[in-house]
Amino acid sequence: MPAVQHVSPKSGDVLLLVGTMKGAFVLRSDKARKKWSVGGPYSVGSPVYAMAFDTRDGRNRLWWAQQSFRWGTILRSSDDFGRTSTEPEAYSVKFPEDSGLALKNIWQICIGPQDEPETMYCGVEPAALFQSHDGGKNWSAVEGMLKHPHRPKWVPGGGGMCLHTIIPHPTNKQSMIIAISTAGCYRTDDGGATWQARNRGVRADFLPEKNPEFGQCVHKVSRDAANPERLYLQNHWGLYRSDDGGDTWQDIANGVPSDFGFPIVAHPHQKDTAYIIPVESDEYRCTPEGKLRVYQTKNAGKKWEALTRGLPQKNALETILRDAMATDTLRPAGIYFGTRSGKLYGSNNDGKSWSVIMDGLPPIACVKTAIVGEGGGKGSRKSPSSKKHKAAAPRAKSRAVAAKKASGKKRAVARAR
Amino acid sequence: MPVTVRIPSYLAEFAKGQTALVLETGARNVRGLLADLWKEYPALRDRVVDEQSEVRQHINIFVGEDAIRHASGLDTPVSANDEIMIVPAVSGG
Repeated sequence: MPAVQHVSPKSGDVLLLVGTMKGAFVLRSDKARKKWSVGGPYSVGSPVYAMAFDTRDGRNRLWWAQQSFRWGTILRSSDDFGRTSTEPEAYSVKFPEDSGLALKNIWQICIGPQDEPETMYCGVEPAALFQSHDGGKNWSAVEGMLKHPHRPKWVPGGGGMCLHTIIPHPTNKQSMIIAISTAGCYRTDDGGATWQARNRGVRADFLPEKNPEFGQCVHKVSRDAANPERLYLQNHWGLYRSDDGGDTWQDIANGVPSDFGFPIVAHPHQKDTAYIIPVESDEYRCTPEGKLRVYQTKNAGKKWEALTRGLPQKNALETILRDAMATDTLRPAGIYFGTRSGKLYGSNNDGKSWSVIMDGLPPIACVKTAIVGEGGGKGSRKSPSSKKHKAAAPRAKSRAVAAKKASGKKRAVARAR
Repeated sequence: MPVTVRIPSYLAEFAKGQTALVLETGARNVRGLLADLWKEYPALRDRVVDEQSEVRQHINIFVGEDAIRHASGLDTPVSANDEIMIVPAVSGG
């Protein structure tokens, strides 16, 4: 096993959370984002598809999903940047027995709103949305999604039948949009009680019906920094924008070498600005022409320009997965992405120039960012299970309790108001 | 009746550090034996079986030298002094 190293971030430092197929890494830098120290690997040998960092209510809590093809998938957390972490005795994210479903993987960990510091969400495979209203101790499946009438007709894609994107509305807590491969986008406007397919205009080239109500293979969705109703979508073939919260979508693949790709991220501050990394075809799935190019739009997709400074433009046959691109919240923004070949790239100037932050990592599945202490606290809150590494957490409450929370009378997604 | 359950070292930390667990059980099959095992060592349950109580795909359980996948699954009989092994499958990459 590799020697595990740790980082010791200070308040205001930037964190890069990097989930790989062989464990999780935590990188830290000061605000200049020129030099990075590396912590990890944590959960050595396990695929980590989802990571998150919770700074609400005084926490500095790292979360990650540890998948084991042998022992199943668990959520772990650490209040000291990975030095010690929880390993619950009973797994906390579990399907109800009567669902007939069993958890395969956790694809997304979403920290809830600032004013609801105990709320969190998880997107999982098989496709379902889980919620916690006690800071991640207990989780329950959102019934409106679990029992969605479309579920029997959903078909898994190459990555499995996963709910991989969770985007709460920033001002309307009743509303949230999620994305499933292969089912498409669904939005709730009633706190999670019901979910409507929101895929009008998004094509499904691999189906007999090219514009179905649902069944699209959405790879990623991101919300515009300034306009909460504006969304950007990277599809399995197709690049789209919605200006009405997902009700309708318009093709914005203008001047890109391929409209196939996985990640799409909006700039954290600049309106109408988003980033993608096109790859060539769903059979090849590598960067076109051997050039690693990030494409940026500054006008909501009317035009895209290649950002190449510092990126290899020869023999760069790279694949960047759907969750392997992220921005930080500084000005200028840091933009980061990781490749399946284990290279981690970053820009500390809105994408104008890039450099390799780390090489030789296992295949990178997710990249997330955080600012330490952003929530204003000192990180004194204790983890759901505060015992040291692999200590037992309080056992999950009975399913009856979880189910009660799930039904939650309009509190379903987002204890939501 | 006494039955010995051998578990891999990874699971030992969830069983008081032991890899050989001697259970007094009245179970007649693997399903019943596992139910008794979860009572004694509850943290083993979610690691060995999923929400549907199915043995995880990459875990094998043997009664003596016989893999229960090739016998009667969780209904495979167990007898006094049997040795049960829970072992991770040789798989992955």
